[in-house]
Amino acid sequence: MDLHKLSLNQQLEGLKKGEFTSTELTSHYISRITEFDEQINSFITVTEDMALSQAKAADERYKNKTNLPLDGLPIAHKDIFCTKGVLTTCGSKMLSNFEAPYSSTVYEKLDKEGMVMLGKTNMDEFAMGSSNETSYFGPVKNPWNTEYVPGGSSGGSASCVSAELAPIATATDTGGSIRQPASLCGLTGIKPTYGRVSRYGMIAFASSLDQAGVVARSAEDAALILEAMSGHDPKDSTSLKLDKPNLSKELKSSIKGMKIGLPKEFFEKEMPSYIEQSIEEAIEVYKSLGAEVVEVSLSNINLSLPIYYIIAPAECSANLSRYDGVRYGYRCENPIDIEDLFMRTREEGFGAEVKRRILIGTYALSAGYYDAYYLKAQKCRQLVANDFSEAFKSVDVILSPTTPGTSFKSGEKTSDPIEMYLQDIFTIPANLAGLPGLSIPCGEHQGLPLGMQLVGNSLEESKLLQFAYSYQSNTDWHKKMPNI
Amino acid sequence: MALSDKELKEIAYLARINVNEESLSSLKKELEDILDLFDELNEADTSEVEAMSHPLDLSQPTRKDEVTEENLREELLKNAPSVKSGLFLVPKVIDGEN
Repeated sequence: MDLHKLSLNQQLEGLKKGEFTSTELTSHYISRITEFDEQINSFITVTEDMALSQAKAADERYKNKTNLPLDGLPIAHKDIFCTKGVLTTCGSKMLSNFEAPYSSTVYEKLDKEGMVMLGKTNMDEFAMGSSNETSYFGPVKNPWNTEYVPGGSSGGSASCVSAELAPIATATDTGGSIRQPASLCGLTGIKPTYGRVSRYGMIAFASSLDQAGVVARSAEDAALILEAMSGHDPKDSTSLKLDKPNLSKELKSSIKGMKIGLPKEFFEKEMPSYIEQSIEEAIEVYKSLGAEVVEVSLSNINLSLPIYYIIAPAECSANLSRYDGVRYGYRCENPIDIEDLFMRTREEGFGAEVKRRILIGTYALSAGYYDAYYLKAQKCRQLVANDFSEAFKSVDVILSPTTPGTSFKSGEKTSDPIEMYLQDIFTIPANLAGLPGLSIPCGEHQGLPLGMQLVGNSLEESKLLQFAYSYQSNTDWHKKMPNI
Repeated sequence: MALSDKELKEIAYLARINVNEESLSSLKKELEDILDLFDELNEADTSEVEAMSHPLDLSQPTRKDEVTEENLREELLKNAPSVKSGLFLVPKVIDGEN
């Protein structure tokens, strides 16, 4: 049986009925990783022994009828989530030898529900990048065509799920790092409302923007796992004091009579005709399902990119000051004094993109420039958030393309940082406003998948997933998988 | 937005990142291009807007003053590049005779 072709709920059902064991399911994925990952480099660490012992424990629980809600289901974790006793690198030389002394809340929650960790996925260094080419552990390839990038920063998570080396993977999104790779790899990716999922033990990039979510093969799979990851965590002071949402239960509710907003500022941009066509077709599907489509205006949305590239680097320059070669992580050889230790450790331990962002952030926060850059950006951020609040008075979700195009060739945009930054032009606004956003496959062009984005009002990830589910119940784009 | 070599070196020192002379000019160009992006914000009228520091309306949560952290001293020290007698070792920071 092709176990990797089953949905998560089907796998769970099979485990419950004893049609196969978690050991069989886990071994199946491990052997796929062994066979195919060489082509795509989606894992930094494969935790085979640990996975098999977790699977064995799950099988025992099924035998004793003490099984947990997600018992024995495999998952891959982005290497940004601390996992106790397991290498946790964040894609950086700086943490290339770091074994986390404790686990992230995301890992703990899924572990407590019985999930089996297959390994840690590759990513752009410290989650900074949109092509997964900045990883110290080498670039990740897109399983649809290995000459192309999988997107980033959660490129390893997207690539391994797309190649069916894991049924689902955790990911994080600061400016599009879940939705953009989901779009480029033909997957369903969701970033929930800021504060929905605990950031404890998730290595920080830009703390007011970072949020964890999943990349999955369907809205149904995503709902199942995102629900289990959500909920208040006293260890994260920005975690919302709310119970976890009933995402799976509410998934199949009808979207009839709901309103979709199309932001005119996005559609005024020049975009490739294949994107326009796919989006138009998706809109027709929604209309046929009884949704109403109206135009909305987000008049400050075009400020999002510059706002983001001030705020994210500013926060990153503060967060990454902890990597100093003293307490953990990389240290340069033979430092002559403490200053030399700091300066060379950070020169050698960080890659080019991370250093660029630290320098930009340091500049934006430095004396004399704070008001002109950081404070101005925060004010503009409020304008963008206000635009969304206004729009959500009249619509349920906002629809747009996820990315300005399908995937691009490896190396094509590495020499021009700005060109790379433009990848996230449609995804960044949701992070600025702290809103939930999702990408689902809605077409393809020259053999590469293409996604559409839905952004919802605060705490309305359930509605987003309903929109995704009803689309996926009436179309087949999400069922297409690459041949590897 | 033009950056001088001196400014770039100052920022790099503030960030404690060594920048070698050969990469100075290409790095300067990249940073200038990024800084140019920010000019767009000048067009936005923000005279009536409060700065948004965070997407959530947060109040600082408090808890009872009780020890909740486990003592992970040994595990934490295992990750350190250099340790002696339970302490992190760094090059000498105070000048003077030994």
